[in-house]
Amino acid sequence: MAPINFDLSSLNLVTMSPMLVTLVGALVILCIDLIKPNLDKTLYVTLAMLTLFIAIGANLSLSTNQRGLFDTILIDGVSLLGQLLILAGSMLFIPLALTKRKFHDFSYPEFFSLFLFMVFGFQFMAASDNLILIFVGLETGSLALYTLIAMHNTRLAHEAAIKYFTMGAMAAGFFAMGAAAIYAVTGSVEIFSIAAVMQERQNEIGMLIPVIGGALFMIVAIGFKVSLIPFHMWTPDTYEGASAPMAGYMSIVPKVAMMVVAIRLFGVYMELDIKVVKMAIIVLAVVTTTAANMMALVQEDVKRMLAYSSISHAGFVMVAIALDTTKGYSSIFLYYGLFLFTNLGAFAMLWISRHKYNIHHDRFHHPYSKFAGMIKIAPIPAVIMAVFMLSLAGVPPFSLFWGKMYVLSAIVDSGHYTVAIIMALNSAIAVYYYLKLIVYMFLKSPADNQGKVVYANRAFSLELVIGIAAFVTITSVFYINPLMSFITDLVGASGY
Amino acid sequence: MSNILSVLIFFPLIAGVFGFFVNKNSIRVYGIVVAAAEFLLSLWLWMSFDTTDAGMQFVEKISLIPEFGISYYLGVDGISLFIVILSTLMTLLGIVALSIKEDLKNMIITLLFLEVAMIGVFVSLDVILFYIFWEFSLVPMLYIIGAWGGPKKLYAAIKFFIYTFAGSLVMLVGILYLAYIYHATTGVWSFSLTDWYGLLLPTDVQTILFWAFFLGFAIKVPMFPFHTWLPYAHGQAPTVGSVILAAVLLKMGSYGFVRFSLPLFPDASVAFILPIAILAIIMIIYTAMVAYAQKDMKQVIAYSSISHMGVIILGTFAMNVEGISGSIFQMLSHGIVSGALFMLVGVIYDRRHTKLMSEFGGLAKVMPTYATIFVVMTMASVGLPLTIGFIGEYLSLAGFFKVSPIMTILAGTSIIVGAVYMLSVVKKSFFGPLANPENEKLKDLDSKELWALVPLVAIVIWLGVYPKPVLEPIDNSTKALVQLMHKKAQTDKAKKIILVSKDAKEAK
Repeated sequence: MAPINFDLSSLNLVTMSPMLVTLVGALVILCIDLIKPNLDKTLYVTLAMLTLFIAIGANLSLSTNQRGLFDTILIDGVSLLGQLLILAGSMLFIPLALTKRKFHDFSYPEFFSLFLFMVFGFQFMAASDNLILIFVGLETGSLALYTLIAMHNTRLAHEAAIKYFTMGAMAAGFFAMGAAAIYAVTGSVEIFSIAAVMQERQNEIGMLIPVIGGALFMIVAIGFKVSLIPFHMWTPDTYEGASAPMAGYMSIVPKVAMMVVAIRLFGVYMELDIKVVKMAIIVLAVVTTTAANMMALVQEDVKRMLAYSSISHAGFVMVAIALDTTKGYSSIFLYYGLFLFTNLGAFAMLWISRHKYNIHHDRFHHPYSKFAGMIKIAPIPAVIMAVFMLSLAGVPPFSLFWGKMYVLSAIVDSGHYTVAIIMALNSAIAVYYYLKLIVYMFLKSPADNQGKVVYANRAFSLELVIGIAAFVTITSVFYINPLMSFITDLVGASGY
Repeated sequence: MSNILSVLIFFPLIAGVFGFFVNKNSIRVYGIVVAAAEFLLSLWLWMSFDTTDAGMQFVEKISLIPEFGISYYLGVDGISLFIVILSTLMTLLGIVALSIKEDLKNMIITLLFLEVAMIGVFVSLDVILFYIFWEFSLVPMLYIIGAWGGPKKLYAAIKFFIYTFAGSLVMLVGILYLAYIYHATTGVWSFSLTDWYGLLLPTDVQTILFWAFFLGFAIKVPMFPFHTWLPYAHGQAPTVGSVILAAVLLKMGSYGFVRFSLPLFPDASVAFILPIAILAIIMIIYTAMVAYAQKDMKQVIAYSSISHMGVIILGTFAMNVEGISGSIFQMLSHGIVSGALFMLVGVIYDRRHTKLMSEFGGLAKVMPTYATIFVVMTMASVGLPLTIGFIGEYLSLAGFFKVSPIMTILAGTSIIVGAVYMLSVVKKSFFGPLANPENEKLKDLDSKELWALVPLVAIVIWLGVYPKPVLEPIDNSTKALVQLMHKKAQTDKAKKIILVSKDAKEAK
């Protein structure tokens, strides 16, 4: 057996710098708590923000198309964009911890340290093209996330965490089996060499079965994580149990990380033009969007409605993976970049209106009736919430319209007209449940038990986050062009 | 002032935002002043408009999203000029006649935002910009119907929104497909309408795109199978909502046909004259009959509104200069007449809080001025010569006569049925004995209502007697449009049907 040779130059530690920054930040927070406990949460919030800030800087300073950590880390445009979205989403999330009411989870330093560990895991997923490292990143991120959900410490939060954990464990199992099947065929866990071997052996008799089998396992695993129907069962309950900002966070950042993995992995299949996988993704995406919209129609709770809405948005974006065009892949990032602000803004609006105890409904914190007549009690929050809803519905000139238009345009360009029409009509279904909230806020008279309840959780940092989100949502027309070319350049440079 | 179109768009927007700072007791004056200034600006646009030039004027083009070929591209020609003026006029008169007391401030600000969207739709030459205004116009209207409407306002508002939204999303897919074809042909992205006019599309592609656009426009018009949202919207909307909806918002659909469907897909438009004419005739006759069966005055006018839109569609698909310019003129006349009729219904509703005709009778005795104006508008609505309604209807039908005399005769029955239901409204409400004692003490029109209605009466008679100043620019631009269509037409059938002028046949 030949001795294993390590070439230290292929370590190229700089490629890992954004991840290492978050890792160090997490450890620093842990150490501070060790030395001097009982510090205020504002310290940890600020430290976490600074860490993420440095990580974004490190991320932006990386030059694309280099490998590191013995060729297991791949820094290309897609991983840069993925990490950027993950870090930006995290930066928007962290200030939401500084609420007026005290909540159990945010008072622990471990929360922030775990949070950074989770970000680290997701960054790892986005930056690696090695199936084992992706798996490690996925598990690091997910395990931390389960804990974060449970730390909200209500009965529903525990239920949410356990549900998510069991489903997540199953998804991890599918991922491992899929990776094993792919390894069995190609003898490699590196996506680039998988592609090469697959191409070579594509025409061998009997090859298609394990190749497609591996892909199907992967689709299930990814489907669980980005909550495609029928693998979505955990989503509404988990979002309901988790705190509102955490639910908003879950609807974006873990999905972005998984989308990057999906782009890398299914990019191989699309390149080889394996029709079954393509069809499977399109069918899943269409079913997801349509069914989730139907289910969202009947929800009584705004948070559950937003959960289903985020499922349907995930389905909408998922189509773009099956198109195999630069525009398609770019549209995923554009969509999630815009969705991040709008959706997190909407969840933050729920958070700002969150009362410590359930006073509106037996079960729900945010039933529709809670927002009845909000325009009379709190006009500006009502208008902002309405802007978020209209943006989610894809009404121009708000930001998500551009995302929707770009995805639809990518679908049309690649000739899938029926899919485009179905997706467009889905938006018309979706507009009903977004309008429902607007109707409650603007067109119904306030309930008796209201008063200042709407503002219960008001704090400056929350208002700041909501303000930023609203600003980004409203002024989209001015930055959409540079954003579009930035994303298209980076995605195009990665060879997609 | 070459950027007057931008001023027209942004002035009400800024004024609407500033409106939040005005005290709610003074908001009515603020609204009237702003809307009057906007109306004067639009008149200025007309004055500085070169009526001999058939092309786009006051063109502004700023690249907005060069990456994707989207630009801020405005322009106005004879086709859109008068619809813009109609929008500003109806907004002004709608605000003048407002009788709403609660949340007046929100109403006026909403109307100003709606005005932005309306003007934006008619002056946009970039299709995405057009789409943005088109969709955005739904939001203020949703609020107007939903907040100030009748008992079933929420149902009506949401039905209105979702119907139109669904149609326009299909249109969006069509827009994106057309942009893709443009990109595939020329290698650059562009959403400029004038660029798209240069595209010669294969007929099968035209067919697909024609129906995609058709769905968006037909729901807005509303054409026959898609018309069910309109009676609800009108029935529940407050007076000013109905006025704007009937006068301007419906015109977006018929304007879309003229601006997009005909010049972009001339062959497909010709190929589908028959099914569309059948829909239009069903729309004309069927809704006229339904109108006759109504007990509610406002519903009569709502259905008559659909019926008249049928004539507009028929004129548009006549594919010749008479028909198209007649249909554009009919858009204006329908806007003024149905707007005025809705205002008149609003007047009686404010006094009696009912719109049922059975409650009235003999009103002419207690409200003579009101009755006079109502009768004038009724005459205009049924198309009596020397009123505005006659010219548009006559030209539209005369245009379509060249396509199919039989169908034109069928459509012509609308004038008879229209006279039947409108005159029966007049008879039931204004003549006969003054049976209901509650009606005895009704006040005649007050100064506010007179200020809103008398200008409309003046326009009805002025343009009925002397339509030339309006008809001429419309005619010019329509000729250019038809020439473009004729040039682009590929099939023989289309070449034959799209008539540039009467002697075009001999010239060949």
